[in-house]
Amino acid sequence: MSTGFNAGLGGGVTIILDGGEASILRSLVSQVLGLVQPGSTGQDPLERALGIGAAEKPSDPVLARLFPSAYADDEKASTEFRRYTEATLREGKRADAETLLETAEQGEVRLTADQAQAWLRALNDVRLALGVRLEVTEEIHDELADMAEDDPRYPAYVTYDWLTYLQDTLVRALW
Amino acid sequence: MDVRPDLPWLTIVWNDPVNLMSYVTYVFQTVFGYPKDKAEKLMLDVHHKGRAVVSSGTREEMERDVQILHSYGLWATVQRDSA
Repeated sequence: MSTGFNAGLGGGVTIILDGGEASILRSLVSQVLGLVQPGSTGQDPLERALGIGAAEKPSDPVLARLFPSAYADDEKASTEFRRYTEATLREGKRADAETLLETAEQGEVRLTADQAQAWLRALNDVRLALGVRLEVTEEIHDELADMAEDDPRYPAYVTYDWLTYLQDTLVRALW
Repeated sequence: MDVRPDLPWLTIVWNDPVNLMSYVTYVFQTVFGYPKDKAEKLMLDVHHKGRAVVSSGTREEMERDVQILHSYGLWATVQRDSA
């Protein structure tokens, strides 16, 4: 398994990925990309051009977590906020995912400071998506340690734990 | 004309089981420019108390902060300061 991220030159970072790791990352990020790509933006061409989009809270719990309501107890204000910001948020997440897909390759990956920020957000989006699907708790690392390897949840938990490790080493390489 | 100044608005970050303590601290430093010790204290408040006020100001400013925090995947909301 990868040894995680290291600080590189000029605020960048480096990581060595084997073929399997690069492939898993690309596959997971592609799936998130499919989820966040604008699809539910407004039908009105003018609204689309202005980046005004869907106003409804997503029914998919993963999308609801990636695009949370901005007001805890004011549905009207949340709807209005979503209408004016969700398209921009989706575009940012799409761009972050594409940066990761363009740079995640087998061997040494060298990221600029900007690319590292995109990876940080893209890795976190994947962890949020997986975390919602797996219904993880803060004790997931300990749960995994006690889990039998033939448990059907084991492969997904191992992947989640590896993404957590990557994310933590990336933060520490950027600090 | 009502000249009563607007009450300040707040940005709240809520605890969740996915975002890492290191990552949340880093995001507070990056987004708000807070020194590491302040960012860490806020992160611990979120972790232990379930939520923390991370910034305050006008409603427009808080909506901007929430939008940036959502881009980093933090669970953030805006509310009027009730104090």
